[in-house]
Amino acid sequence: MIKKSKKYSVFSLVKNALSYHENWQPAWRNPEIKKEYDAIIVGGGGHGLTTAYYLAKNHGIKNIAVVEKGWIGGGNTGRNTTIIRSNYLWDQSAAIYDHALKLWEGMSQELNYNVMFSQRGVMNVAHNLHDVRELKRRWHANRLNGVDCEWLNTQEVKKFCPVINTSPNIRYPVLGATLQRRAGTARHDAVAWGYARGADAMGVDIIQNCEVTGININNGNVTGIETTRGTINTKKIGIVSAGHSSVIAKMAGIKLPLESRPLQALVSEPVKPVIDTVVMSNTIHAYVSQSDKGELVIGAGTDGYNSYSQRGGFNIVEDTIMAIVELFPLFSRMKMLRHWGGIVDICPDASPIISKTHINGLYFNCGWGTGGFKATPGSGWVFAHTIANDQPHALNAPFGINRFSSGELVDEHGAAAVAH
Amino acid sequence: MLLINCPYCGEREQVEFSCGGEAHIERPKNPPDLNDDQWADYLFLRKNIKGLQYERWNHSFGCRQWFNVARNTATDEILAVYKIGEKPPELESNNPITPCGEPAIGSGNFSTSNK
Ligand SMILES: Cc1cc2nc3c(=O)[nH]c(=O)nc-3n(C[C@H](O)[C@H](O)[C@H](O)COP(=O)(O)OP(=O)(O)OC[C@H]3O[C@@H](n4cnc5c(N)ncnc54)[C@H](O)[C@@H]3O)c2cc1C
Ligand SMILES: [Zn+2]
Repeated sequence: MIKKSKKYSVFSLVKNALSYHENWQPAWRNPEIKKEYDAIIVGGGGHGLTTAYYLAKNHGIKNIAVVEKGWIGGGNTGRNTTIIRSNYLWDQSAAIYDHALKLWEGMSQELNYNVMFSQRGVMNVAHNLHDVRELKRRWHANRLNGVDCEWLNTQEVKKFCPVINTSPNIRYPVLGATLQRRAGTARHDAVAWGYARGADAMGVDIIQNCEVTGININNGNVTGIETTRGTINTKKIGIVSAGHSSVIAKMAGIKLPLESRPLQALVSEPVKPVIDTVVMSNTIHAYVSQSDKGELVIGAGTDGYNSYSQRGGFNIVEDTIMAIVELFPLFSRMKMLRHWGGIVDICPDASPIISKTHINGLYFNCGWGTGGFKATPGSGWVFAHTIANDQPHALNAPFGINRFSSGELVDEHGAAAVAH
Repeated sequence: MLLINCPYCGEREQVEFSCGGEAHIERPKNPPDLNDDQWADYLFLRKNIKGLQYERWNHSFGCRQWFNVARNTATDEILAVYKIGEKPPELESNNPITPCGEPAIGSGNFSTSNK
C-alpha cells in the first residue's frame, strides 16, 4: 500500500503549497527492466493496471511488470466517455459488472487517489414499443439480480432531466427510460494513474514505451516476451491490449473471435451545468453527459469496418450529432472542441473474454469492445485470480474462450448495443 | 470517409456500402463432420489483421453487388478491388514500420517525422 509519508491528504497539500508545489514526487517509478518476472501484463490500460494491482494485493505476487507500448492510459482507457453502470441483461454479466460497480464505490478511498467517481445516474431512453419492451425486460432482470433499476415514464424522464425534448412530435419520441441511480461517470486518467501508483507502491514495475513484438513459447509453455527493449522472461503472461489483442494473439499462433474497429467520441466547449446525469439511447444511437469542466461528452458509434487507424469516419459523427440535437434542441448552437477515436475489440456476443488458453501460462483479457471502462476494477480482480490460480474466478468462468466452441454465448447486444 | 471503387458503378462514398468482413472464408464442405472447435473457427474466429486484409463489401445503396477489397487496416488505404470468385491479388503490404507498430499514415498518435 501507499506509505504514510507518501499519502495524499489535506496536510500534504498544504505542505506542498508552502513550497510552491515544486516538490511533489512522481506517483510511480520509471524502473530498470529486470531479466525475469513472476508475471508480465501486456498493456498498461486500466484493465492491465488493475490486474497487476490485484495480483500484488490479493494474491501476493509482487514481482510483476506491466509492459506498455506507449504511455499508461493512452489507449481506450484515456479515450472513453467514462460511463459506468451494471444494468446488463444476463445473470453472468450482471454479476461481473455489479462486482465492478461495488469496487468503484470504494475506489478513491482504497487508492488514496480521487478518481472523481460520480453516481449521477444513467438513463437508457426508449423511443418505440420494442425499446419499451426490451428495457422493461432488462429492468425486471436487473431487479431479480439485485441490481438497482427503475422505470420512468415520459413525465418522470422530463422531471429527472429537464433539458430533454419530450415532444411527442419528434421522429423518435421519448416513451420512457430505465434509470440506474448507482451508475455514473469517473475521471478516466485518474483510474489509470491511481492504480499505477498503488501497484508501483507494492513493487510492480510499470514499463512504458516498450512494445511487445513476440511471445516466446517452448513445448506449450510460455517462457517470456520479446519487446522493443529486449527479451524479458516469465512463466505467466496476461494479455490486456484491447484493440490490439488479435495482433498479439497472432504472435502466439492464436486466433480470437474479435473484430477491431474505431469508436469515436467528442467534447464541446465548456458551459455551465446543464445536464447532471447520463442519457443514452440505443435506437437513435447517441449518448451524452457533462464533464466536471462543463464540456458535453458525446459518444458516437463504431465504423462499419475493421480498422486500426485510430480515427473513424466523419459520417458517424454527423449521425450522432443529428440524434443529439433532436433529443436536446438547445445544444444545436454548441461548438465541438475535440474529437478522437479509439480501437475497440468487439466480440460476437458483445461480452468479454477473460480466459486461459491452450498454452500454459498465457491468459487473455479482451473483447470488452465499446464498454469495458465500467468493468475496469472487476476485470482486473477476476483476471488476477485467473492468472494467480491458473483457473477462472467464479465471476469470469462464463467468459472463457471455449464458449465459442460450446455455444454458451452471453449475448449482451441489447445492453451493450449503443457504444459505451 | 473512404472512397470505394465499386467494380460495377465506379467510385462512391463508403456510406453507400456495407462491409461483410474477412473474405475467402469457405463454407465447410461436409458440415456434419465438423467438431465444435472447427465450427467455432468457421463461425467466430477471425484474422482481424493489422495490415493487409482481404475483405468483402456490398454496394448496398447502389447496385447491391458483392465484391472484394484489399485494404491496409492500419492506414485505411484501399490497395485493390476485385470481383467475387477472383483470386486475391498478391500485394506488398505496407506493414507498420515504427517502433510502436504504428503506420506511417493514418494513425492518430504518430508524428510524421518517421519514415
Ligand atoms: C470513444 C470510446 C468511448 C468509450 N466509452 C465507454 C464508456 O462510456 N463506458 C465504458 O464502460 N467503456 C467505454 N469504452 C470502452 C473502454 O474504453 C474500453 O473497453 C476499456 O477502456 C479497455 O481498457 P483496457 O485497459 O483493456 O484497454 P486500453 O486502455 O486500450 O489498454 C490497452 C493497452 O495495450 C497497449 N498495447 C497494445 N499493443 C501493445 C503491445 N504490442 N505491446 C505493449 N502494449 C500494447 C496499448 O497501447 C494500450 O495502452 C469506450 C471506448 C472508446 C474508444
Ligand atoms: Zn455498385
